[in-house]
Amino acid sequence: MTKPRLSTLAIIVAVLAAIAFTGLSGALLNLMIFMMIIALAAQGWNILGGYVGLSSFGHAAFFGAGAYAMAVLQTRFGVNAWIALVIGIALGALVGAAIGFLSFRSGLKGSYFALITLAFAEVARILANSWNFTGGAAGILIKLQTGLPYLQFADRRYFLLIALGFVAIGLLVSWWLEHSRFGAYLVALRENEQAAQALGVDVFAVKMKAIAISGALTAAAGCLYAQNYLFIDANVAFGSWISIEALFAAIVGGSGTVLGPLLGAIVLLGLGELTKSVSGGIPGMDLLVFGVILVLSVAFSPNGLVMLMKSLGLRAPKAKEA
Amino acid sequence: MYSPQIVVEALLNGLMLGAIYALIALGLTLIYGVLHIVNFAHGALLTVAMFMVWLACARYGLDPYLAILIVAPAMFALGYALQRFIIGPASHGKDNGILLVTLGLSIIIENALLAAFQSDTRTITTDYSFRVVELGPLLLSFPRVIGFGVTIATTLLLWLVLHQTDIGKAIRAVAKEKLGASLVGISVPHVYAMTFAIGCACLAVAAGLLMPSFYVSPKTGAAFVLVAFTIVVLGGMGSIPGALIGGLLIGVVEAASSLFLGDSLGQIGIFLIFIVTLLVRPTGLFGARA
Repeated sequence: MTKPRLSTLAIIVAVLAAIAFTGLSGALLNLMIFMMIIALAAQGWNILGGYVGLSSFGHAAFFGAGAYAMAVLQTRFGVNAWIALVIGIALGALVGAAIGFLSFRSGLKGSYFALITLAFAEVARILANSWNFTGGAAGILIKLQTGLPYLQFADRRYFLLIALGFVAIGLLVSWWLEHSRFGAYLVALRENEQAAQALGVDVFAVKMKAIAISGALTAAAGCLYAQNYLFIDANVAFGSWISIEALFAAIVGGSGTVLGPLLGAIVLLGLGELTKSVSGGIPGMDLLVFGVILVLSVAFSPNGLVMLMKSLGLRAPKAKEA
Repeated sequence: MYSPQIVVEALLNGLMLGAIYALIALGLTLIYGVLHIVNFAHGALLTVAMFMVWLACARYGLDPYLAILIVAPAMFALGYALQRFIIGPASHGKDNGILLVTLGLSIIIENALLAAFQSDTRTITTDYSFRVVELGPLLLSFPRVIGFGVTIATTLLLWLVLHQTDIGKAIRAVAKEKLGASLVGISVPHVYAMTFAIGCACLAVAAGLLMPSFYVSPKTGAAFVLVAFTIVVLGGMGSIPGALIGGLLIGVVEAASSLFLGDSLGQIGIFLIFIVTLLVRPTGLFGARA
């Protein structure tokens, strides 16, 4: 287990924040914001997929819940952006609890759990796509109003700082998991559910809490996404792309580690951009690279980049051991 | 409301489309039953087979049904190689590993096709694409009638292979008791790869049956993935009769819900069945194992 110190986490966040103020171009700032949003979604995935070992293929359900809460509350009910953000995150936790209640009560795990989460996300996508309340197939456009109360900024760097703040919260949650009894319960479930149960762990309750936290974090990513791009539709908010990117980032970076999702998001999206610029407009090349990286990382470094660096004897600058 | 004739026609056409679904699910359930893996790349492999059929027809002027004779061996070889040289070694035999490797493969395949063929949808026209068969007062789509017949024949053939040939016996032995099978000299990796290959060959048949009345784009297979999983789960993971009956049932459900709810909401019926089956009876209608 790589257990980074709190001070290490603080340094990483500070470095990322400092990078934002080194005069990056608009395109690079946008890429960094996107990296933070994916990192946050992946941190949410990691709570359930990494620590509890329940791989979800449908985290889009949470991402979309956050994104739609943000868009619908602001445009239809004139709710303040910050309040919408809080409600969106709560809704993510609630959707998580609902999906968790149904699936855990039936004892679903492994591929069955992966499939049912995928199905829930698809149902949400179809509903959002055909319901007028959620803008139907046309989607929802959030009005452009810059200023702190609207959570929109003329200067992209401020939005990046806010996204980074959420990633920092995600890091703290994972760090807390690695140092708390609750986190130990999660890992115990992953390693041997029956044994954990025999030792008195309330399996159902622990899983419910984990999926609610997981849903809340990924929903926060959805809220930020909506607020950053000011437009969502069903295929963006509930599309399988986000389920896949959240899972990819967490697994490639190192599932069940504090820094894995952040590292994975930065590496994957960085490589994706690189591929796009090298391949010059051939569609799908970046995703092709993602797929190859996923297969390679499952084959050769099943514990992710964080662990790979460790096993290669490299003292990764971003993953100093506690 | 709708006249009874329209409803019956829609349901019958749904039943016959369901037969092709069943064929897709057949490969998936066979792979699950023997290898105990969820093959997430199944949809993407269907797309590959459909592109092969399309190429054979559009470039070389072959009839799509005849193209099956070429595409099926090609898919068989591809499936064998994938399982033997990529999925097997890369996943280290772990469930989660297999899930992720096949997911990765599906993304690689889908996007490689996207890079090669762009996202245009492609169709082939045959002079029977829109022909109908008259059954008393009912009009049925000709390609679907053919699809129904070929599916039944393919299922029978598969059953014969599994029960009358040596490789079929080996496959069933490995499905029941992997260690025991390897102790009596059966090469488990070979049997795994053969099973995967047979599953892929089923996809080739399905592709040939779909193409005269359907279209293909790099994302086409993805639309079938959840449908196929629904059928497999509904029929019972690993059960061949389950896949056949589940497929027919899902075809009818889809036809009924698109008739009454419209096309965009139509698919919801399938997903709800999927969720309810998983929650209430994850072993499905015919599944013995949990």
